[in-house]
Amino acid sequence: MGLKDVLTRIPVGFATVFKTVLRKPVTIQYPEQQKPMSARFRGRHQLKRYEDGLERCIGCALCAAACPADAIYVEAGENTNEERYSPGERYAKTYEINMLRCIFCGYCEDACPTNAIVLEPIEFPTGYTRESMIYTKEMLLESPPINVPATPQRTPPGKYDRAILPFPPIDESQ
Amino acid sequence: MPVLLEATLKSAVLLFVLLTGFAYLTLMERKVLARLQARIGPNRAGPMGLLQPLADGLKLIFKESVTPAGVDKPMYFMAPVLVVVPALILFAVIPIGQGPTFQLASDINVGALYVVGVMGVAVYGITLAGWASNNKYAALGGLRASAQVISYELGMGLSIVAVVLMASSASLADIVEAQMPGNILGWFIFRQPVAAAIFAITAMAELARAPFDLVEAEQELTAGFMTEYSGMKFALFFMGEYVKMIAVSALFATFFLGGWSGPFVDQVPILSVVYFTIKVIACLLLMIWTRATLPRMRYDRLMSFGWKVLTPVAIANVIVTALLIVLGVPGYK
Repeated sequence: MGLKDVLTRIPVGFATVFKTVLRKPVTIQYPEQQKPMSARFRGRHQLKRYEDGLERCIGCALCAAACPADAIYVEAGENTNEERYSPGERYAKTYEINMLRCIFCGYCEDACPTNAIVLEPIEFPTGYTRESMIYTKEMLLESPPINVPATPQRTPPGKYDRAILPFPPIDESQ
Repeated sequence: MPVLLEATLKSAVLLFVLLTGFAYLTLMERKVLARLQARIGPNRAGPMGLLQPLADGLKLIFKESVTPAGVDKPMYFMAPVLVVVPALILFAVIPIGQGPTFQLASDINVGALYVVGVMGVAVYGITLAGWASNNKYAALGGLRASAQVISYELGMGLSIVAVVLMASSASLADIVEAQMPGNILGWFIFRQPVAAAIFAITAMAELARAPFDLVEAEQELTAGFMTEYSGMKFALFFMGEYVKMIAVSALFATFFLGGWSGPFVDQVPILSVVYFTIKVIACLLLMIWTRATLPRMRYDRLMSFGWKVLTPVAIANVIVTALLIVLGVPGYK
């Protein structure tokens, strides 16, 4: 570096650094402030419902079978028309995910026959104890749509005989 | 013995102010550096992070004090003290305000010499720390420190010689008085710009701060001479570095920015302390700004810059200044 460079380029560097003071800091104050996640981000699991408020999960435990980390525990219960949680015979009486074991691979999503479990861009599991990292069904289940009753519901006989609805016929013209 | 009592009291106050200043200088540096890098900096401990120095201090006190095997114990424990004490006693000769109330010993007639001497002693602490630690990184850091400080002390001493020539006195109180013909142009930074630039650069090299922080270059030497120090011993090195930062800024303010001078100091003497503090803080901010801007120099370039550029320019500056004074050029006596 010659004298000319020292006198011309170093002041430019100082000015560049000084300009940064006038800029807003890029820091995000994490616990209070959170960066918006991409809509397609696969974060925490959520158990979904149908529009009529019934749970999609039928307690088949295919997700638990598919889970490579063995993080999911499902215990099924029997539906009745007086106390109905989901269409069909059975529902998930217990549904627990150990977030410390989960590797967020999304295989549970793929395994689910009713699209009940979905990885959503919602707040990521954090906690101070191991116990608090085991998410129960109440924590995972999404709230029912507005003006729709939660489960269990009293339903007319014969309406929800099938756990998985048959696919609608494929329209060849489309 | 009222003289002794007065000196003791003043020293106690000065020590308190300096150590508090050191604590908050670390916070200021972190904050300012953060803003210069579009970050926020510490803001968790207390309002605006104001209790951060306290938290740091407590943490360091409760750290285990590790003494590695194979260290040269007397030297190992003496080194941090040798770094802190010179940094603190530098302030003995610096006039902090107008009149004898705000001065400890600033009227001694070898003040400038004392400054150069004490700054030179400080490097023993670093060199000994490096040598006594029985660690190759520490040894390299200590070696670099001694080479760097010797090289740059020359330039610094010569820039002070120019100032002493201008004031025709080596007493720091007289140097401040010499910069007060009533306007700001009397400051030696305007009458001795070359000496001021050399002093600023060499001071940063003496402090081993970026861009001259080869002594503790993280990427090469982990922490340099401080590698084997932990807990309060590390805190002492840290304290030494930051108190020296304040000391060097105070010296720059005294030598080149008119010390405590400013408007209305004759009517309200306490204003002189305020002006001095403002000038010192300005110098500190400049140092932090430099750290945020310039990358570390390469070692061979550091040496060649010191010996082939700064020293000859400083010598030439002394000769030119002496000539101008002898010839009686206006502004030079």
